[in-house]
This record gives sequence, structure tokens and C-alpha cells, in this order.
Amino acid sequence: MKAFPLLRWLLVSVLVAAATLLAGCQRSEPLPFQLTRITGHMPDLDFHLVNDEGKAVTAADYRGKVTLLYFGYTHCPDVCPLTLAHLHVVMQRLGPLAEGVRILFVSVDPARDTPAILHAYVNAFDKRAVGLTGSPGDIEALVKRYRASFSREPDKGDGNYEVSHSSAIYIFDAKGHARVLATPADSQDALVHDLHLLLDPGVNP
Amino acid sequence: MKARPFATLVAGLLLAGAAHADQASAIHAEGAWIRVLPAGLPAGGYVTLRNGSDDAATLTGASSAQYGHVMLHESSTEGGMGRMKAIDRLVIPAHGQVALAPGGYHLMLMKGADDVHVGSSVPVILQFADGSKTTVDFLARPANAVDAGTAAPSGHDHQG
Repeated sequence: MKAFPLLRWLLVSVLVAAATLLAGCQRSEPLPFQLTRITGHMPDLDFHLVNDEGKAVTAADYRGKVTLLYFGYTHCPDVCPLTLAHLHVVMQRLGPLAEGVRILFVSVDPARDTPAILHAYVNAFDKRAVGLTGSPGDIEALVKRYRASFSREPDKGDGNYEVSHSSAIYIFDAKGHARVLATPADSQDALVHDLHLLLDPGVNP
Repeated sequence: MKARPFATLVAGLLLAGAAHADQASAIHAEGAWIRVLPAGLPAGGYVTLRNGSDDAATLTGASSAQYGHVMLHESSTEGGMGRMKAIDRLVIPAHGQVALAPGGYHLMLMKGADDVHVGSSVPVILQFADGSKTTVDFLARPANAVDAGTAAPSGHDHQG
């Protein structure tokens, strides 16, 4: 006897949810992004790496989150921290919505960037940042997938070296589809604006 | 070991100041800060240098008792690539200024001492082409700082 009202309630809930989803799908006009659109030009997020806790992870582990993919390395004292500090400000400006976003900082210097160092590094910027490293082959595959590049500069003789790397930030929606590209010249305002669009629950085609 | 070079430096500056204006004494430093990174990773040092004299001043290097090695560097993100190179001199024009700021000229401070933590003041000696030196106190700031922390948090005027 008790089960029937519950069942009916469930059925109604499902119908309402389905109707909401359908309404969302009918929005066919392109989203008014301010950053450079890459939908259809870049493949879905896909990788096999190790996170900053030493766990093997794939892109599937971040489905459900809007992700910001950025290549860098921890011995980078200027450009990488500047980018991550700006992303931290962007996350702060998103407020509680930032919970739906992850910054994926992929090391292009796996020889020096252990999960432990990456963990300390990314957490110094934002607690929603994840450090990713892996085998040189797996990192190379991800870099190539997004037509990015990096190159190790000559050793200075003291075992220290710099790594030049693509400075762009690739932004994926919660389904892992590539949506927009940000460069260091783009403003925090544009990032905040576009992330709001991608975080809108009605907008996830 | 610690006190003597400093005393020599102070004496040298006093003598130099009394005799004639050298490059270091014409320089006014503002908004000096260091972005402190964890795990002893290299840190970026930033400062705006104003030259009050009729002659150009040339910064040739820097050092600090709290860092094993300090280098003059320049970053760029031209052509979509973030890269960094060492430079051996940086000219501050007569009555002009040069900003060492994130994404451009900066000091790379390596092998930091354990006592460098957020909020501490780190004396850094700037060396100029004529052999003159000046000590500037750099404020140690958190990794995710975007500026010297003296102004209100700003929007997006630090990129590029």
C-alpha cells in the first residue's frame, strides 16, 4: 500500500527531469563564449596518468567536472605560477560553483615532478587543482592530442634546466568535450564568463 | 661571516653616496615581493626599479643570504609557448623605470633557506654595472599571490 504513492512520486520526478533535459537540448543557438571556441577542432579529454596522490587516473575520473587543462612544470618560477594564481582568482570569483571545476596541471617534466612535489605545488595555488604526471610516453600522447608542445632546454651545468611549453589553457565541459581555449592574454573576466556558461546545468549539449 | 659583508656594503654605500652618485643610489625600489613556492622550488622575485638620475643604470645581478643562487631572467609567452631565459643585464633608463613583474623580467631565486616563509622580509642585494650595490627588502608572499599585495586585488591587468 505504502509503495504506490512513492512509485507515483518517482514516476512524476523522472518525467519532470526528462522534460527539463529535453528543454535544455532544444537550446540550439551557440553559447556566447568570449574565449576561442575549439568545439569540433579538438578531441574529447582522454588520458592515462598518475594524480598527485600517486593514483592511476583517466579522463573518465573527471567527467562531471568542467576541466581546465594546462601543461607546466614545478621548477617554473614565473609563467606557471602566474597562470595558476590567475586561475585561483577565477575559481574564487566562481564562488561555490568552483566545486564543479577542476584545474588539471599536467607536468611536462616527469623526471623531476613526483606526485608528492606536484601535490605540494598545486595545492599552494588552489585546492581544486590536480597535479598529473606519468610516463614520458603518456604525457607526450596527451600533449600531441591537443597539438601542444614542450621542449627541455639545455642543462645549465648544475643539473638545472628549464622546459619551454605551450602556455594555453584547454577548457572542457562536464562531458569531456573540448569547448574553449584561453591564452595568457585572455582576461580573468572572460574565463569567469565562459565557465559560468559551461557550469549552467541547462547548457550541456 | 654574515655581518661583515653587510657592514662593508653599508660603508661602501655611505662612501659612494658622499663622493658622487653611483647607479645603485639613483635607484628607488618599490613593491618588492617574492612568490614563495613549496618544497624548496625556485621562486620568482619582483620589483619596480625607478632611476632618478640623468644616467642610465644597468642591473647586472642579485644575491641574497637566504637563497643559494639568484639569477636575472626574462619570461615570455610569445607564439603560444611559455619560455624563460637568463639575461646578464637589464638597463633602467635615465629618469625611467623598469618593472620586474610576473610574466616578464624577474629574479629567479633558487635553494631558499628554511626560514623564508610567507610574511617574512627577505633582503636582496641588487648589483649594478658600476659595481655599486643596494639592498632591497622583498616581502615573501603566498604562491597564489598576483601582486605585491599593497594594492586592492585587481582584475586582469597582470597578464600578457
